[in-house]
Amino acid sequence: MSFLYKRKELPFEVFEVKLLGAGKEQLLQISQKLALALNIEEMRACKQYFSKKGRNPTDIELQTIGQTWSEHCYHKTFKGEILVGKRKVRLFKDFISRVTKELSPPWCISVFEDNAGIVDFGDGYAIAAKVETHNHPSAIEPFGGAATGVGGVIRDILGVWAKPIANIDVLGFGPLDYKYKALPAGVKHPKYIFRGVVAGIGSYGNNMGIPTVSGGIYFDESYVGNPVVYCGCVGLLPIGEYVKETKPGDIAVLAGGRTGRDGIHGVTFASAELTEESEEISRPAVQIADPIEEEKLRRAILQIRDEGLASGITDLGGGGLSCAAGEVANRSNCSIQIELEKAPLKYPNMLPWEIWISESQERMFLTVPGKNIQRVLEIFDDEDVEAAAVGRFTQGNTVKVVYHGHEVLNLDIDFLFGPPMVRRTIKRKGPKLTEPRLSQTSNLTEVLLKLLAAPNIASRESVVRTYDHEVQGNTILKPLHGKHGGPNDAAILKPLQDSWRGVVISCGMNPSYGRIDPYWMATSSVEEAIRNNVAVGGRRIALLDNFTWGNPEKMEQLSALVEACKACYESARAFGTPFISGKDSLYNESPLGPVTPTLLVTAIGIIPDIRRAISVDIKEPSDAIYIVGRTYPELGGSEYYRLFGEVGRSVPKLHAAKAKKVLSSITKAIDAGYVRACHDLSEGGLAVAAAEMVLSSDYGAELDLRKVPASMNGMVRDDFILFSESNSRFLVEVARGKEKKFEKLVKSDFALIGEVSETDGFFVRGLKGRKIIDTSSRKLREAWRGGLDHKS
Amino acid sequence: MKEPKICILRVGGTNCDAETKAAVDDLGARSEILHLNKLMDDKLMSYDALIIPGGFSYGDHVRAGAVLGKKVSSALSKELKKFVEEERPILGICNGFQVLVESGLLPAFDGVSDYPQATLAINGSARYECRWVYLKHENRGKCIFTRELQKGQKIFMSVAHAEGRFVFPKEREEKYLQKLEKNDQLVFRYCNKRGIYADGRYPINPNGAFYDIAGICDSNGTVFGLMPHPERAYWGVQLPDWTGMKEAPKYADGRLIFESLVEYLKH
Repeated sequence: MSFLYKRKELPFEVFEVKLLGAGKEQLLQISQKLALALNIEEMRACKQYFSKKGRNPTDIELQTIGQTWSEHCYHKTFKGEILVGKRKVRLFKDFISRVTKELSPPWCISVFEDNAGIVDFGDGYAIAAKVETHNHPSAIEPFGGAATGVGGVIRDILGVWAKPIANIDVLGFGPLDYKYKALPAGVKHPKYIFRGVVAGIGSYGNNMGIPTVSGGIYFDESYVGNPVVYCGCVGLLPIGEYVKETKPGDIAVLAGGRTGRDGIHGVTFASAELTEESEEISRPAVQIADPIEEEKLRRAILQIRDEGLASGITDLGGGGLSCAAGEVANRSNCSIQIELEKAPLKYPNMLPWEIWISESQERMFLTVPGKNIQRVLEIFDDEDVEAAAVGRFTQGNTVKVVYHGHEVLNLDIDFLFGPPMVRRTIKRKGPKLTEPRLSQTSNLTEVLLKLLAAPNIASRESVVRTYDHEVQGNTILKPLHGKHGGPNDAAILKPLQDSWRGVVISCGMNPSYGRIDPYWMATSSVEEAIRNNVAVGGRRIALLDNFTWGNPEKMEQLSALVEACKACYESARAFGTPFISGKDSLYNESPLGPVTPTLLVTAIGIIPDIRRAISVDIKEPSDAIYIVGRTYPELGGSEYYRLFGEVGRSVPKLHAAKAKKVLSSITKAIDAGYVRACHDLSEGGLAVAAAEMVLSSDYGAELDLRKVPASMNGMVRDDFILFSESNSRFLVEVARGKEKKFEKLVKSDFALIGEVSETDGFFVRGLKGRKIIDTSSRKLREAWRGGLDHKS
Repeated sequence: MKEPKICILRVGGTNCDAETKAAVDDLGARSEILHLNKLMDDKLMSYDALIIPGGFSYGDHVRAGAVLGKKVSSALSKELKKFVEEERPILGICNGFQVLVESGLLPAFDGVSDYPQATLAINGSARYECRWVYLKHENRGKCIFTRELQKGQKIFMSVAHAEGRFVFPKEREEKYLQKLEKNDQLVFRYCNKRGIYADGRYPINPNGAFYDIAGICDSNGTVFGLMPHPERAYWGVQLPDWTGMKEAPKYADGRLIFESLVEYLKH
């Protein structure tokens, strides 16, 4: 291989890479040897660029291009062009950002452009939100992978000058009772990954004093080889202090933890499939977490913000300094020159390219006008945070890196941020699935208790209690709420001392539906996130999209992705809810195959007065219990089918116009004060939702299925009505005496199906008028609480 | 009536300072959040009271509160002694309680101790516990931080910690407990919602603390440490079940502690 490289005559190790004379084979060899993860078209684009310059690149230049052009940093699949039949589509432009563009609500302050999406909150404040994935690092090193995922997304929030006020974590693992013998070499057991990830998330959030208030845990066979770890963060900032105005002459400051060899090639690792060798090859790609360092960094940054000392900020994430410096220069139309030896290092003898692309944690990049630099460094010093001026912005359009006086990198920004466009073609092909023929079991009480203990439904208490969800004192609707710690649909924070306004945070994710149909999976996720938000009193909702998908170079994966993006556009457009930020994690494949198409939708709403917030627990004997929304025979991908080892085909669909009516009637009823408790119907359908409302309280309930509004298409069966997972449905406890007003407001697709009882009995009458479920709130609670604890 | 001046101490890893400040300020105190780096040179003596809030000071390395405990003892040793002798109140919440124990300011049977006389060990459940607990007020009147509470009164607050199991050295357990009782240093013990002591039962006693101890004061009653977070139970809407009440109460039980402190300082 040595014929491809030549060490430059410099007092340190930098190589000239002989790109100009390289043919196809050699170009690919170079890409592989330097772990660039660039394909042949991209390597040829590099060759062409350097041919024009009339020189070979240095290793550090090629590394920079590899980082910047990676799927992880540039999102080439989402930005690329995909031929669908005769139509060319771009996933990001034609679907995701198009929603926001067409709606362009005045309350969206910054969407998709910055580290996090920013929307107006009121009272002069804005909310920033971001969700990231950290799947591959968590597969290799669960604790560190998850902890650094949390740390990274918190820095995204700091990267828009916001104070982090809440963490969100949505996780996916293989079944906890997965057979050890069935694990392929190099794949860790789901239980080990589950415990490590949960501990990592708790450790980082708790140490930083940011409450972990919302999230979810899903178990699916397809996550065995490749867990799903979504880390989200929500922040608050005074609108006037959101500053992005880096100018020539400004100084580049690198602050926080020292730079080390941890986190080298993290982004290229994230942009490839996991293999048996991933552990050995990619262990250095997982960074080491130090939440206390980031806590200090947060203090300093918020102080600098409040004193108005900096002109710009970004975090160091994927690609490290190389991406941060390049992006800021690109965004502010400046050149930047970095003096690499000024970066504080964990140990000597790091090579220039390692310093430049290292993804060591807890580092931020600020741009500071010269007159403020002393004060900025002083603030960092006061917090015991190391900071160094590492470069300067000038007029122009290049990135330059100098190491001990020698130039080692000189690239044009237009080239660096203009990789060749990815072009792909798809053909649609859905999986061949059939509907199972299940006969209805006679003991539906037992089925319900089993469902409550099912891994995807059982109480998350053993996890949630290890996360500090109360720190900062603003969590007014908690993940475990009411006398018995019921599962609220969303969390609410009251972040301002002098205002009753609240931030409402909820999620929607339906991996089981992804196995059947990616389009309806995505619409369900969008609606579920919104539905959860609305159930507690949220409105004016903004969405975040996070895709965890398999290899997009494979036809079936890409075509599923196109379907899901189309669904995102169509459903979000129908609800009038813009996307404000998103992230895709592709290449989630292991020797066990790809993950099931998994879209997480996070909804950020507001509630004008948190005193009107609605929790899940039923509250008053003799109150009426209503169902709102129509039930269809949609059990495909349901937890009921899963109980019998089936998947099915009849995935829940979305009737957008009807759904919109249902959602807005719930909001109106809450505002009018008719609603005492509310819960959305999701996994486990009507039966599980009702059980959750009951087990969260001291009371019981009696329900009757005969009145449930349903279009069962000849499939009129107790079990189908109980466990169908049709979208756009709520159970609502309506205060006694308010029934008529409530009905007048909701108008259609609702029914009074029962009432709250003084005793703790839980009874359901079936279609023939017989009691088909007969149990108590205590028994429901025991089943629900025992589910996850037994297995973890 | 004067406006009490309270110092809320922080270092890297402290994280409950803002909500603690909000609580005391709401009661009419004037508090400042100060980094230990800025508290040198006798500055401490310009305050009427000191609060060490919750968090993970210095990452809880070695043991929760150990590093800050030592730093406080070495950097502020003279001022701190004087502060205590002059009966200026010191409150340690959660990590702050751990710091007070590590620095010998609690239980301090016979004045500030040179070495820790107790410790807050890893929870019996071996994991972090964020939950609401009931506490029974045990103090007969010495502790200035609970003057707004009756003896035997039951209150509701949240805990969030991984190291909160209050223990004495095994061989001195009985002797020290007698001292606590004799000196009126017991302040809070974990109990159930009917007011019956946890007797070590989890999760009523969330960490397995000896004798269900949740909070103690020194022999003067002016230094007080507790594992639960009164600042997270200050407003009614912070309660975990306020949505089930006819109307959310304006305040919650944690306020009583800050109220006792501020009232003491005002008079």
